[in-house]
Amino acid sequence: MSESDRDRGAAAPAAARRATDLADGEWHRLHPASPLLRGGLALIAIIGFVIANLRERLVEMFLPVFAPDLGGEVDREFSDWQGDWANDPIGGIVLNGLVGWALLAVVLVLAGIVGGFWLSWRMHSFRITGEAVEVRSGILFRSHRSARLDRIQGINVQRPLFARLFGAAKLELSVAGQSGDVQLSYLGSTLADSLRADILRLASGARAAKAAGVRPDSAADVAAIADAAAAGEPVADGVPGHALDEASAAGKGRVSELVGRRVGEFMAPELDPELAPPESVVHIPLGRVIGSTLLGGAMIWTVILVGVLAAGIFTQQWWVLFSFVPALIGLVSYAWSRITKSLRYSIAGTPDGVRIGHGLLSTGNQTIPPGRVHAIEATQWLLWRPFGWWTVRVNVAGQSISAGSDAAQRTLVLPVGTADDVRRVLDLLVPGSAIALADVIGAGLTGRGTDGGFRPAPRRSAWLHPLSWRRIGWIEQDGIAAIRRGVLLRGLVVVPLARLQSVAIQRGPVRRMLRLASLRLHTVTGPVTATLPAVDAIDAEQAFESVAREAVERAALDTSDHWGAAHA
Amino acid sequence: MPEVPYDEAEVPVPPEAVPTEPGTPEAGTPEAAAPEASAGSHVDADWRRVSPKYVVVEVIGSIIGEAILVGAMLVVHFVFGQQWALWVAIAAAVLGIVSIAFEPRRVRSIAYRLREDDLVFRRGIMYQRQVAVPYGRMQLVDITRGPLARAMGLADLKFVTAAAATAVTVPGLPAEEADRLRDELVALAETRRAGL
Repeated sequence: MSESDRDRGAAAPAAARRATDLADGEWHRLHPASPLLRGGLALIAIIGFVIANLRERLVEMFLPVFAPDLGGEVDREFSDWQGDWANDPIGGIVLNGLVGWALLAVVLVLAGIVGGFWLSWRMHSFRITGEAVEVRSGILFRSHRSARLDRIQGINVQRPLFARLFGAAKLELSVAGQSGDVQLSYLGSTLADSLRADILRLASGARAAKAAGVRPDSAADVAAIADAAAAGEPVADGVPGHALDEASAAGKGRVSELVGRRVGEFMAPELDPELAPPESVVHIPLGRVIGSTLLGGAMIWTVILVGVLAAGIFTQQWWVLFSFVPALIGLVSYAWSRITKSLRYSIAGTPDGVRIGHGLLSTGNQTIPPGRVHAIEATQWLLWRPFGWWTVRVNVAGQSISAGSDAAQRTLVLPVGTADDVRRVLDLLVPGSAIALADVIGAGLTGRGTDGGFRPAPRRSAWLHPLSWRRIGWIEQDGIAAIRRGVLLRGLVVVPLARLQSVAIQRGPVRRMLRLASLRLHTVTGPVTATLPAVDAIDAEQAFESVAREAVERAALDTSDHWGAAHA
Repeated sequence: MPEVPYDEAEVPVPPEAVPTEPGTPEAGTPEAAAPEASAGSHVDADWRRVSPKYVVVEVIGSIIGEAILVGAMLVVHFVFGQQWALWVAIAAAVLGIVSIAFEPRRVRSIAYRLREDDLVFRRGIMYQRQVAVPYGRMQLVDITRGPLARAMGLADLKFVTAAAATAVTVPGLPAEEADRLRDELVALAETRRAGL
């Protein structure tokens, strides 16, 4: 790592098109502090546990120094079980004259830990070739993972709080398939950003074009940035987000500079302003984040909880208070994590895909390369309606429905935003369809009936959907299918037909009686299910045929997964 | 099974009236379906049915399931003296017999069709489902054979895409037909390969 940093300035002319020297097909190692950062919390916890358990002995050892008067009393108190090995190993060690051995053991354990960390760092290496990203790791049990570049579904740069303090970041490549992530944890913070640009450039298929001496238009911006980054320190120092990797920065006597840099990194916007056209970025004011959380789905639970607590206090059933403490803690921590994750949210289109940054303390940013979004849904529930707030989720390959909060965060593209924000986000996610979508979105979000060219469900579907039948409708144009539904929970689903996996019609006995059917567009697994709950039976047949035909045609024409090569 | 090539142009059969004798699934082989050869040799003019022998597999499967449930309930009734268990057993038996009576109809409703660019699959009489899967979306084709189906010389063919909801499983294909269909689907997917 440090070698490559030092080389960076010298190699600048040769690597003019590259942001880093890491994507050269050779094996490289991760940030030296990686094992500590990965196992860091556990180590601190163990040390804390040991100290907590030896607290009394430590107090006793140091008390005489600071308060000599109390020494005798403490000695008397503990004299009963001094020398008892089971209760007091330290006393036993001291009495039996084993201090030397004990210290040796401690040193050996520490040496073992450090050695293990060093070994695991030595054995953990990665390689980025024109074909794939490969990671080798493990001391006794070696593992070798490789992710093909053209199968990369998204690149995330995560900066957990602990790692941020060290100026490190984790680069995650998600590929299609469950648990198919390839992780590079950890890299220098800035290095992770540049490496992402490199990987995306390789994945874009722009490489072939470049070898032929043609610089593709779409990659021009990246290349320009790569030039700037490769030129090294002068540029990097000018931009707060571009502070150097600390391996080269941690020179002697430059501590204050290091701290300043770290603070700069900490305060810098999660999205590099150089990379993102600022006008396309959605801003979420703090008030909206807090308001939307308070009025969110958790609100109902809060009301129930407060009601139960009030009833408990009223009837003097105090046990109720205690039994609901865990629920309260859960709610508060949910609200807190939602707020901190939604803060400093930003989204922007870059030549290599949509980049979404978020987070206050632990930050992350995610890049979805073009042509990786399989379905998009904007939803708004009842309490958000007066404010006109919407939330946007997407289906991307390789992320399951039931996965943890991390995956949920990744599929949440817009935590809360206005209809205009939704429009901008959709324009980014479905490039090249801005005109087609312009009419659809407005009518789809709030409209009903035939607004915006939507084909509504017939009146008789009110038997099945008494509230929402006016809202239910669909439209298919320019390779996009949109489904509008819901009243209490308004929703607009947009599916790019080029990504559609299959389409199905379903008819149960009741729907058949009403001459209705439901239509489902199958996409990869995710939070969005594109189901049209009610549609006229004959319309459904037509929609089935046209969607099936359109899906094949659009898929054949679609080249967005090699977005760079398309322009060459 | 006899190989019964017939010219589909001469025998216009509406989907509901497709004969269900054993020869039918093989009848739609690309070699036999001459009129479509120019448009694309694989294209089916009509729906293809699964083997009628699949009814036997389904019926025996249901009978075994029924027998276990009813037996357990009868044990509960006679050994432990629970009155309700008898009613559950009777209800289960009646429902089972009704569902077995509909089994031939249900198997007849399972049909698939290879079109120019996609596979269409449908099944169900009460709850009907019809799915169209473009060949290019195929991730893999899976052939499974349960013990009963193996005894009858049948196999299930599962067409897997990146979407779990696609769930296209063509059951009760004669084994060699399943193998042939698999090879055909793989070849088709290869020529129409698309990204995710």
